[in-house]
Amino acid sequence: MVTIGACVKEPGSSRNNKTGSWRTFKPILDKEKCIDCENCILFCPEGCINKDYDIDYDYCKGCGICAEECPVEAIKMERG
Amino acid sequence: MNISEKEFLAPGHRACAGCGATVGVRLALKALGKNTVAVSATGCLEVITTPYPETAWNIPWIHVAFENAAAVASGVERALKSQGKDAQVVAFAGDGGTADIGLQALSGAMERGHNLIYICYDNEAYMNTGVQRSGATPYGASTTTSPHGKESFGEDKPKKNIPMIMAAHGVPYVATASISFPEDFMKKVQKAKETDGPAYIHLHQPCTTGWGYDPSKTIELGRLAVETGSWILYEIEDGDFRVTYRPMERKMVDEYLLAQKRFKHLTQEERNRIQKNVDALCTELKI
Amino acid sequence: MVKKVFTSNRAVAEAVKLAKPQVIPVYPITPQTTISEYLAQFVADGDLKSEYIRVESEHSAISAALGASGAGVRVFTATSSQGLALMHEILFAAAGMRSPIVLVDANRALSAPLSIWNDQQDTISERDSGWLQIYAENAQEALDAVLIAYRVAEDRDVLLPCMVCIDGYFLTHTVEPLEVPSPEEVDQYLPPYKPYAFLDTENPMSIGTFTDPDYYMEARYAIEGAMEKSKEVMVQANQEFAKIFGRKYDLVEKYKCDDAEIIIVAMGSVCGTIKDVIDSLRDEGEKIGLLKIRVFRPFPREEIKQVLENGSKVAVIDKNISFGMGGVLYNNIKAKTNAEAYGFIAGLGGRDITTEYVREIVEKTKNPTREIEWIGLKTEEV
Repeated sequence: MVTIGACVKEPGSSRNNKTGSWRTFKPILDKEKCIDCENCILFCPEGCINKDYDIDYDYCKGCGICAEECPVEAIKMERG
Repeated sequence: MNISEKEFLAPGHRACAGCGATVGVRLALKALGKNTVAVSATGCLEVITTPYPETAWNIPWIHVAFENAAAVASGVERALKSQGKDAQVVAFAGDGGTADIGLQALSGAMERGHNLIYICYDNEAYMNTGVQRSGATPYGASTTTSPHGKESFGEDKPKKNIPMIMAAHGVPYVATASISFPEDFMKKVQKAKETDGPAYIHLHQPCTTGWGYDPSKTIELGRLAVETGSWILYEIEDGDFRVTYRPMERKMVDEYLLAQKRFKHLTQEERNRIQKNVDALCTELKI
Repeated sequence: MVKKVFTSNRAVAEAVKLAKPQVIPVYPITPQTTISEYLAQFVADGDLKSEYIRVESEHSAISAALGASGAGVRVFTATSSQGLALMHEILFAAAGMRSPIVLVDANRALSAPLSIWNDQQDTISERDSGWLQIYAENAQEALDAVLIAYRVAEDRDVLLPCMVCIDGYFLTHTVEPLEVPSPEEVDQYLPPYKPYAFLDTENPMSIGTFTDPDYYMEARYAIEGAMEKSKEVMVQANQEFAKIFGRKYDLVEKYKCDDAEIIIVAMGSVCGTIKDVIDSLRDEGEKIGLLKIRVFRPFPREEIKQVLENGSKVAVIDKNISFGMGGVLYNNIKAKTNAEAYGFIAGLGGRDITTEYVREIVEKTKNPTREIEWIGLKTEEV
């Protein structure tokens, strides 16, 4: 049943849609190399890298911005 | 800077891989915090974030139509005020919904002095409908309604200067920003929040689908735009103009233009013309 | 409760003052303008605590109203003709977003040619929008309809916007005696607005989403259901109104219909003229009656059928035209009843519907030569 006015009362319910299925390449982050610059966290269009630099592969679309913007090349794109 | 660690835009939205708009919104909302109400115009951002029954927004959000984000935001702002609520109202609209069809509502809202922030995410064309030319499409760009061909080199008009139009309205805080300069952008969003009255931020946002480049280069391209002087970061606080970022050494525009499919067709002569225009403005601003 | 002599515009402004909307975005347009002026003065004098937004167009007026309504408050706006037409896309959005906005439209002809004078083309042309529509016959009805509109629109089973239609100049600028209710009585009748979905940082929602083919039809079907339910809610609201204020309203009003051989059907201020003519005709021995349609949407088909399907001939007067099809009220009645009805187009662009024209309509219904007739045309100009 559609809600009145098709309003959505559950914030962030887009999480039900796992966009991780979109990707061809997946970023692998080497925490040893990481210098905690936060570039990848700030620049991810999905916001799926948390403050501990864990990538949420349920949502990562594999765009490669994080790998591109990492100043110490701690992120590599691999198939998957 | 008081930047929230939380994500106010949840993942799972339908943005293209490498979308710059969602980067911009995430950063803006981190700077604004939880006590924020968002208004969207019809466009990429609205459509990718709210396909019923899902929403990516973790804050209250309303969308009505394409040309009225500023008018809707005006109503929201007054309604919140009348209830004694102090949530910050922020309107997000694309360049189409701001410079073209949305200009009237924006002008009215800014002139009336509502206490709201208007952020235009400028990807320089009507992207949601498939890359048609808008008033913000830059000179020389090929779009589906200003395509290059035997008789045309693409868009033949310069970019409409909305930030200056806002400054002419007397808007107390006007700024340009880029998603590739996140700290500069977030600082500006916070200044906008602290402003008593309206604030306008024009956010330059590369679009991988519309501009034609590899999705991983979104931030790099936004940076190149600023480093070549093609996009200038400045703010105008109560009429005082100030450039907020000067590249150490300005790069040639070719590096920016040739990295995008939408400019690939331009001849050297046409690119030189663009370089001249950029040179003129940058020299004036000492960039 | 005070007896006053006001124009319908002033009466509407008084009703709004009593209903206490918290946000009023409004843009001037003849002949509604004085409504916005009265309201501005009330706010300036502190008699109405409302956020008055001097928007830069009618499109922004209804957009701001919808935004404010989405943020959880009661709102009001007013417009006319070109302004209502400019609001068109947002009217549909307001109904689709189930926002109980109340709007007063001063009925005025649509351009082109440009006309500032009365007919009902503007609001009739929005009949598919999902808005409820009430047509007022006089200043008292105008005032009362605004209060009833809020009551019905905000009902949890309805949640549809409502427009109150008042004929330009004939009502907006004509003074009439009326009773203005007291704030206490209105507070009894109109409880504070409790929104269904609204913008609240403690409970974030997304309003105005987009639906793909899997969901859109159900959302529209829900509006159909709400429109259906609104009839019952309107009747109840009318009954409550009668209890508190002493004035009785129905979805339609029958005037000397019971033994009528010809029943005239019309909406708005022209009904006053028609009642006068009926009284004269009755004195002359003619059996004529009037069925006034007060609520046009939801269309009160049962109530209309009951009155019209009794063997009498029916003359429908439309102050609007759907080219090639006759008047809209005429078409709605032909579609929903078996009445032997004839359509009359009259009063377009402010042309007075005189008592002579009403008599002419009665005569033409007795001896009809065609299905649809235009009354009062200057044949030498055609």
